[in-house]
Amino acid sequence: MTEWRSARQLGMVLCHDCELLVNWPALTAGQSAACPRCGAHLQQRKPNSVRRTWAFVFSALILYLPANLLPITISSTLGEVQSDTIMSGVIYFIKTGSFGVALIIFVASIIIPLAKLAILSYLLLSLHSRTTWRPKDRTRLYRFTEAVGRWSMLDIYVVTIVVALVKLGVVANVDAGPAAIYFAGVVVITMFAAQSFDPRLIWDVLEDSHE
Amino acid sequence: MQSIACQKCDLVHELPPLPARATVLCVRCGSVIFRTKLDTINRTIAWTIAALVLFAVAITFPFLDIRSGGVERQTALLTGIREIYRQDMVGLATLVLVTCVIVPLMQLSGLLYIFIPLKFNRRIPFAAVCFRTFQQIQPWGMMEVFMLGILVALVKLSNMATILPEVALFAFGLLIFCLAFAVSSVDAHHIWERLEELGHD
Repeated sequence: MTEWRSARQLGMVLCHDCELLVNWPALTAGQSAACPRCGAHLQQRKPNSVRRTWAFVFSALILYLPANLLPITISSTLGEVQSDTIMSGVIYFIKTGSFGVALIIFVASIIIPLAKLAILSYLLLSLHSRTTWRPKDRTRLYRFTEAVGRWSMLDIYVVTIVVALVKLGVVANVDAGPAAIYFAGVVVITMFAAQSFDPRLIWDVLEDSHE
Repeated sequence: MQSIACQKCDLVHELPPLPARATVLCVRCGSVIFRTKLDTINRTIAWTIAALVLFAVAITFPFLDIRSGGVERQTALLTGIREIYRQDMVGLATLVLVTCVIVPLMQLSGLLYIFIPLKFNRRIPFAAVCFRTFQQIQPWGMMEVFMLGILVALVKLSNMATILPEVALFAFGLLIFCLAFAVSSVDAHHIWERLEELGHD
């Protein structure tokens, strides 16, 4: 087996849709290449990956504030109105003894979004500093971020279902608070952020430093 | 010898002929590059049809039975979603509709659209676009998260009312498994090779 090389070093590109390895054609400005097998637009790296990922990360961080400070559910029973934020909802579950549910909501709605943003920020900073430290573990962090993101959607579904069920039942009234749409925004934007980050950039730094 | 590059670190690997159930790992970063699947066409079609049947049940039959203060009401999935639209929570309702109904339906119908002709050694028009779309929308199918959301919501409402599960809820639970198995039985590389063999649209 000859020396291991990346596709970029060999002048090749992996189609991001059908994963066919093709030769990267010499393009002039404004030209683009299509995959011969599936027609997808060929790109060696995700376009503007670092810039777009930072933009998504900052947007998500900004939306994270109203998502957690504003109430996500507003319940009214017999004239008594109670507003709950994500965190106060967790505490309510703890007080009523549903520790399992409290933990699930806490992890899905508070820990996971923060962890995703922290990990992506760290990965972006590691690219800026052009470090060659532990690329395999950084790739592992990225794979974790990609896999775990969708579970933050949990609280959005809980709120939606509770509101729907309560409207259709004859119980008290529950409405979704303003935080709901902000939190939905955080989840969607962090998913875009993970999608726009190109982990191959971590390894490009390694290859460039050897040459 | 077929070659592939790792999607996570771009390292090029030359592949030997692979058995029917193999996992290819990148030698440099350890990520899974791809897996080969056993009998992909038959299994995918089977799971997809099962999932679609369960989908039909989950939508048409009652979902939950809610009893409170002497009143009993049955609710179905679509009436629930319509109720949320009526409450003016358009953004949230659309998000739920897209991630839990539209994307899974697109995935299932897309799979049948491509795989059934392939079973008869035919390539249907627009197969490439359809399969690419299928792969791109995959991260946005979140039915399993929705299922967990239902369970949490039931816990939350358990002190307000008595809630009993109905047919559609069980169908929904099974549907999630069938959908997951359908998606995981797709051998994307094999399908792309078959499509290429059968010519272009």
